[in-house]
Amino acid sequence: MSSSAPAVAAVQSPAAESRLARILGSSIGQKLVMAVTGVILSGFIVGHMVGNLTVFKGAEAINAYGVALRKFPALLWAVRFGLLLSVGLHIWAYLALSFKSWGARPQGYKVAAYKEASFASRTMRWTGPILGAFVIFHILHFTTGTITPGFAFKEGDVFHNLVAGLSYAPVAAFYIVAMACLALHVFHGVWSLFQSLGISQPRYESTARRVATLFTIAVVGGFVIIPIAVLAGILKLQ
Amino acid sequence: MNITLHVWRQKNRNAEGAFVTYQARDISPDMSFLEMLDVVNEGLILKGEEPIAFDHDCREGICGQCGVVVNGSPHGPRKATTTCQLHMRSFKDGDELTLEPWRANAFPVIKDLIVDRGAFDRIIAVGGFITAPTGNAPDGNAILVPKLAADRSMDAAACIGCGACVAACPNGSAMLFVAAKITHLGYLPQGQPERDRRALAMVARMDEEGFGTCTNHGECEAACPKEIPIEFIARMNRDFLKAALFTPAERAAASDGG
Ligand code: HEM
Ligand code: FES
Repeated sequence: MSSSAPAVAAVQSPAAESRLARILGSSIGQKLVMAVTGVILSGFIVGHMVGNLTVFKGAEAINAYGVALRKFPALLWAVRFGLLLSVGLHIWAYLALSFKSWGARPQGYKVAAYKEASFASRTMRWTGPILGAFVIFHILHFTTGTITPGFAFKEGDVFHNLVAGLSYAPVAAFYIVAMACLALHVFHGVWSLFQSLGISQPRYESTARRVATLFTIAVVGGFVIIPIAVLAGILKLQ
Repeated sequence: MNITLHVWRQKNRNAEGAFVTYQARDISPDMSFLEMLDVVNEGLILKGEEPIAFDHDCREGICGQCGVVVNGSPHGPRKATTTCQLHMRSFKDGDELTLEPWRANAFPVIKDLIVDRGAFDRIIAVGGFITAPTGNAPDGNAILVPKLAADRSMDAAACIGCGACVAACPNGSAMLFVAAKITHLGYLPQGQPERDRRALAMVARMDEEGFGTCTNHGECEAACPKEIPIEFIARMNRDFLKAALFTPAERAAASDGG
């Protein structure tokens, strides 16, 4: 296969490293970080989506949900800190893995022909950063009320902020586009994490594929129905 | 049939390469792809030009030496077929084909369509083996292998190390190759004593060689002439993670008896 002699002696034994170094220093370990933080973030979005749906039960219901979330500040901050750590590690692994891959083919092909790569798999490195930007905007929009295009933010009135905020069509459109990105990201990501965690699954007709597809439809559907309901006038300020 | 070829020509490792266009005339559809290149090369030699350098050995699809990217597909358009087993009947008269070498940082071009796959040898050298006593061959049925394990091991052992997985992967990752080698030994009783050390060492070497990282596109599986499935990558991940998390340093090093 080669003309150069194997350089075995140059290899330092990976066995001697600590467990953490073995994981964080290797591409497969970094994929594990990606997958575990992906599971945490996916778990979070399920909870968040279900919470959001209380908006359809009216202003009192969702405002009470908002109050309930803030009932135990220590718990709230622990969850927020955990999520921030997950996002941070997810982005760290994203950068570490992507830099390796970008360096792995300095000279590309003149002709490219994809056979299996899906639109979702090829856009992971785009939908990820778009989601990151969306999350920042989303927090400044509805949590802190710092950026409030087209409406007046009312501290504590979740129903008002949600409906008024999404009545502004460009913002609603951005929410819908971001949810499309989320759909692509989790459609590939949730299937992919089974591979990363070492659970062998074929690409088609496997449990992992079905889990990823159902997860995507349920979660993204639950999110995106809200801006659509506001635009359609189904959800409006009383 | 007549075919137009745009071929990557590069004098040596350090030279700048470029595409050069050639006409392959009066090609029989029964010729293999490499025979077609032989015909083109004979013409070049008669004209006193340097023939197109390409790798090949067995021309039977078993050695893993050949490999050309044809219009973006490693080993050409046919599923489960090496370049040497590809026939010109897979193309049409008048086709234009762009021929490129495997493109990967870890596979530097030596000349034209030939790349240096020494990185694969170095990955094998750190763990793609078992340690067995020499001497008389052991009795054939002394170690029983369950049928399923033998079958899966053989599926993985079909890997001929051609590198098409790396060439096809948008990330330039070698994970399908390494997974096949780890799986082939890991399914057999003889592969167990060194299983943890093997996974740690081969994955570490793979990273050091500068391959990219898998994002589960599945392009490798589609390009593999031996149809190695990406489920084996999940199995490699499992072997590696188990070894990385649960193998104490002494044990992983102690079995380093190669
Ligand atoms: C709502 C937030 C997010 C969720 C629910 C999420 C979920 C996931 C999941 C489940 C995976 C699969 C892990 C694996 O392959 O093992 C993944 C992978 C990935 N994520 Fe995210 N992610 C989120 C945000 C982000 C952000 C902010 C970025 C980048 C800045 C990002 C970039 C990536 C990349 C590049 C991959 C790997 C793609 C691949 O292996 O094909 N993600 N994500
Ligand atoms: S030349 Fe041996 S596999 Fe093609």
